[in-house]
Amino acid sequence: MELDPDDVFRDDEDDPENEALRQRASSKELVVYLVDASPKMFSTNCPSEQEDQKDESHFRIAISCILESLKTQIINRSYDEVAVCFFNTREKKNLQDLNSVFVFNVADREFLDRPTAKFIKELSRLEEFFVKEIGSQHGIVSGSRENSLYNALWVAQALLRKGSAKTADKRILIFTDEDDPFGNIKGGAKADMTRTTLQRVKDAQDLGISIELLPLSQLDREFNVSLFYADLIGLQGEDLAQFVPAAGERMEDMKYQLRKRMFKKRIVRKLTFSVANGVSIEVHTYAFIRPTVLGSITWLDSVTNQPIKIERSFICADTGALMQEPPKHFQTYKNQNVKFSVEELSEIKRVSTGQLRLLGFKPLSCLKDYHNLRPSTFIFPSDEEVIGSTRIFIALHRSMIRLNRFAVAFYGTSSHSQLVALVAQEEIIDSGGQVEPPGMHMICLPYSDDIRHAEELHSGTNAAIPRANEDQIKKAAALIKRIDLKDFSVYQFANPGLQRHYAILQALALEEDDLPEIKDETVPDEEGLARPGVVKAIEEFKLSVYGDKYDESDNAGHKKVSEASKKRKALADGAVQKSAQYNWDALADSGKLKDLTVVELKFYLSAHDLPVSGKKEDLVKRILTHMGK
Amino acid sequence: MHHLLPEVEKICSMIVQKKLVYSKYDEVGVVLFGTEETENELTMEVGGYEHVVVLQNIKVVDGDLVETLKKIPRGTLPGDFLDAIVVGMDMLIKKYSSTNKGKKRLCLITNGLSPIKDPYEGSKEDQVNAIAQQMTSHGMKLESVVVRESVVLDENVSVMEENDRILNLFPKRTCAKMVFVESSTSLLGALKTRSISPVTIFRGDLEISPKLKIKVWVYKKTSEEKFPTLKKYSDKAPSTDKFASHEVKVDFEYKSVEDANKVVPPEQRIKGYQYGPQVVPISADEWDAVKFKPEKSVKVLGFTDSSNIMRHHYMKDVNIFIADPGDQNAILAVSALARAMKEMHKVAILRCVWRQGQGNVVVGALTPNVSDNDHVPDSFYFNVLPFAEDVREFQFPSFSNLPASLLPDEEQQEAADNFVKMLDLAPSDKEEMLQPDFTPNPVLERFYNYLELKSKHPDAAVPPLDKTLKRITEPDPELLAKKKSAIDSLLRHFEVKQNPKLKKSMKRMREKPSGSDEEDNYRRITSKNKVDLIENGVKVEKIGDLTPVQDFELMMSRRDNPEWINRAITEMKNKIHDLIEDSIEGDNYPKALDLLVALRKGCILEQEPKQFNDFLHQLCKFCLEHDLRSFCDFLASKGITLISKTEAVDSDVTEEEARNYLVKREAKPE
Repeated sequence: MELDPDDVFRDDEDDPENEALRQRASSKELVVYLVDASPKMFSTNCPSEQEDQKDESHFRIAISCILESLKTQIINRSYDEVAVCFFNTREKKNLQDLNSVFVFNVADREFLDRPTAKFIKELSRLEEFFVKEIGSQHGIVSGSRENSLYNALWVAQALLRKGSAKTADKRILIFTDEDDPFGNIKGGAKADMTRTTLQRVKDAQDLGISIELLPLSQLDREFNVSLFYADLIGLQGEDLAQFVPAAGERMEDMKYQLRKRMFKKRIVRKLTFSVANGVSIEVHTYAFIRPTVLGSITWLDSVTNQPIKIERSFICADTGALMQEPPKHFQTYKNQNVKFSVEELSEIKRVSTGQLRLLGFKPLSCLKDYHNLRPSTFIFPSDEEVIGSTRIFIALHRSMIRLNRFAVAFYGTSSHSQLVALVAQEEIIDSGGQVEPPGMHMICLPYSDDIRHAEELHSGTNAAIPRANEDQIKKAAALIKRIDLKDFSVYQFANPGLQRHYAILQALALEEDDLPEIKDETVPDEEGLARPGVVKAIEEFKLSVYGDKYDESDNAGHKKVSEASKKRKALADGAVQKSAQYNWDALADSGKLKDLTVVELKFYLSAHDLPVSGKKEDLVKRILTHMGK
Repeated sequence: MHHLLPEVEKICSMIVQKKLVYSKYDEVGVVLFGTEETENELTMEVGGYEHVVVLQNIKVVDGDLVETLKKIPRGTLPGDFLDAIVVGMDMLIKKYSSTNKGKKRLCLITNGLSPIKDPYEGSKEDQVNAIAQQMTSHGMKLESVVVRESVVLDENVSVMEENDRILNLFPKRTCAKMVFVESSTSLLGALKTRSISPVTIFRGDLEISPKLKIKVWVYKKTSEEKFPTLKKYSDKAPSTDKFASHEVKVDFEYKSVEDANKVVPPEQRIKGYQYGPQVVPISADEWDAVKFKPEKSVKVLGFTDSSNIMRHHYMKDVNIFIADPGDQNAILAVSALARAMKEMHKVAILRCVWRQGQGNVVVGALTPNVSDNDHVPDSFYFNVLPFAEDVREFQFPSFSNLPASLLPDEEQQEAADNFVKMLDLAPSDKEEMLQPDFTPNPVLERFYNYLELKSKHPDAAVPPLDKTLKRITEPDPELLAKKKSAIDSLLRHFEVKQNPKLKKSMKRMREKPSGSDEEDNYRRITSKNKVDLIENGVKVEKIGDLTPVQDFELMMSRRDNPEWINRAITEMKNKIHDLIEDSIEGDNYPKALDLLVALRKGCILEQEPKQFNDFLHQLCKFCLEHDLRSFCDFLASKGITLISKTEAVDSDVTEEEARNYLVKREAKPE
């Protein structure tokens, strides 16, 4: 059932309500953070990045890294589940009741669960109660058979038993600064412990759990991966040398990730693309670029903070009777109500039974900059249902790129149809991977009714419109060269409004006192613009176009404003004069204000700088309020 | 011109139909030229102006006007468009004199192939100048649509060129616009059917640096015209109530989830935002205090190569930046920048806050729009670009990494190249087809036509899409026919087929004639599918003696080649034949019956009733000839019949015939 004809014109892909559902259905990530809590993690200090700040312990670095990562995750992928687990602790808290392992948690939450504001908050004030409630203690001491690393891995693996390996991506992240955990054990016991620990890791990996290490280096001595952990995480050869610096970068990455809701790659639609004479191939469409909206909003009752449900009811305007969703719609036309059933309306919109129909090709120069209405949709071929689709698609793709052409097609679904341009995009790869995937972008073309001609609005006069001369163009070119953004990419700006929104939300949810500063990356580089070379180019351009009258024309603008305000002032003055001819108090007291005309009432209002809008009653009321009666 | 009049009727009536919906008080008049008769005020007042008929004096739009425009009378003589313009102008002047400046519009539709008369005095140019001056002083606009469908023949070329020259004078002298269209589809899109008064979305400075600000106005360049929002209809009002509005009010009530009877007043509502599994309530005031509040401004961040901006990054409808029309220097500055940017292939990156209090900024690309009309200033188009958050990082396989079986070979590539070249919508010698500026929205056209139809016949069904509009939704058959060789070559070089593993494709590619050259088919199947068979392990190729029914079913269900079905049926027939022939005192009959039942079932499933029916005829004949009548009796007793029409549509046997077939056979020898 359609509710609103406009509604059907909306793409089904931007349905915000379904977004959450879809995300839940798609695969999620389960992560256990294993943090070494041995006394060494607290004693060694790292110089912090900012010089004026205190040195930080490795433990604190690890915790702040996890915190930042969680704060990002709660916005980006809030359906992912996490657990934070310390090992080498005095106290123990875990399902298996193993020594030296403490799983950190808050109320109303399973050990491995979605992060909550409370969880993040408690974790951030961990230091206040760590010593008292958890405590640090070496778990691996010579003479005892205890192996805290082994225990921790076991606990983590048990936690990750939740969820099937198919739908979830399971990871264990180990933070430690001890590169040789069994270093103080001698002889056979060491080999034994090493062996059992590695076996434990192997078991976990067999269950589809990946194990990663985030090593924390000492000031004077770099973390030596080859002592023990290379075997544990399966590092060899070149990777081994690359590992420590790469891990450092990863940690930085975790801290400074963009807060951005993640979307899984999802097929929006499977389309039949009819090429010619009944030959159709299969293509899939993807929503590659879509404006990000703030997360979903729930209305709450401000008294109880309970969600409110919205009920819609239909009321007949004539009789006031409550009714069901009406089956018919109408349009007033030639003084009569022309009625349409929902079926008829959808039949009108069904103009093309095929889904995407090729009409022909045009040179790319025919696709103008103003031929756009909404974000494009990405198209990629598939042989899933129709074998041979990919081959034709690639052949056409290559031809279109070689011949600099785009395809014009008609894209029609049952509810929406549109003339579209299909622009072939070649794959672009840089060092970081695929920047632009190969395929075609479907761009909605406007119809003649959608295009306006505002530029022709002011062309009524006989005089030709002035055009820039060669010199002016040359000066403009010099200016353009000066203010050049090399390697501009649309990926470089974060949306400042959105980032601010997330920051505020986080601050309020976590009851943080101060708002994190969000840098607006979209402001122009004022410093760069003040460089002498740029200033010179600007001044030359100004001189060429405006002569020495730039400032004057600027003032002219102000003069215009003042002219308008002068007029307004004159009006107000007139009103004051006229208003003075009435005895407003007496009129108000005798209730005779309503006998005056609207024009007369407006004298008073204009004279006292009050709004003059509204019905007569409103004007009278406004006057009375102003007089204090 | 006559063959074009149906389209002219369509566009003119569409203009009026839309006015009836959106601007009911607009007034319209209609002037025809090239008619047998003469009927206009000017001819009576000053003489001349022959063969110009005022079909409808200027009046408020109504249903009759739509009717009038749907039946434009055909003229008999060549028409003089200049005369017609003067008559139209005269009507406007008489009715409104110099009021309603800027709201008066003349639309001329002509093919411009008939010569215009020489004026009594002065040249045609002088005449145009005089008309143009009148138009300017009365604030009228002229829109000319010149329809040129085919190549003009020799003798008309000079007339056509003369007319084009004259019509082209108008845009130079007054507020006028002229467009050429070459197809009936673009004629439908050539005139604006709905006028929308343009509104600026920003007036202020385009700031290149704090020291250089250019005064600009920003308008929308494109904006989707939406399907009209219809009101909901209520039939509750009694039919006697003539003044019933029939409208439906939609009421929203906010209720507590726990207590359905408790209504929450609007001021008590507060927005909750999702943070992980929790919902954080934040009031509007709280937001206002802290939210992002950029200052109103439009600032250039810099210029960059146009190749850095991908066409598919454009996010929304397009804006246009025009220099403040009252500021000559601003017009020059925009012109200089636009022309320099065009030469250098540069675009400007902008940060825009259109209004004070807008909660966000927009980053976009400014591209030059250099005007070739002396009366239209240079301007910029502005397209919104995505932020980092808006681009989703989906990875796709490289085409070059795909297996060779999915990639086109050289010949195929050549066929595709040729196809792309040939299916050209913008040939150099003709008008570009389906140009967005001249393409009407088929859905909206259809809606307004249906609205008009329904206003007269409330129960009319939705009519099929108009032929002219089909040129937008479907490929042009003319183009397809002309480029048949390129299309055929493409189809020859590429093979597409339904994936056999998917059930959906049950009935596909069954058109091939069966029965003939079976030996040949066998060979084809075996050679073609050898690889296939090895890959897929056990696949039944023959009907064996042990499990003939299963073998048959497996063979029938193979989808890698349609010939398997024929082969299975043939093998099955042979098997049944052999069984009957070899049977001693009917010992093989039950087995043969099983096979026959399976064959029958298979033939119904695969829609091959004829195969079975022919076989049964054949079999019975064989039995009778070889004294095996007992088998026929056996079949009849087991209720085996021909496949009737009700079981398989392709059968030409009725149900009764089918039932009686064996019974009849039985009776015959007696």
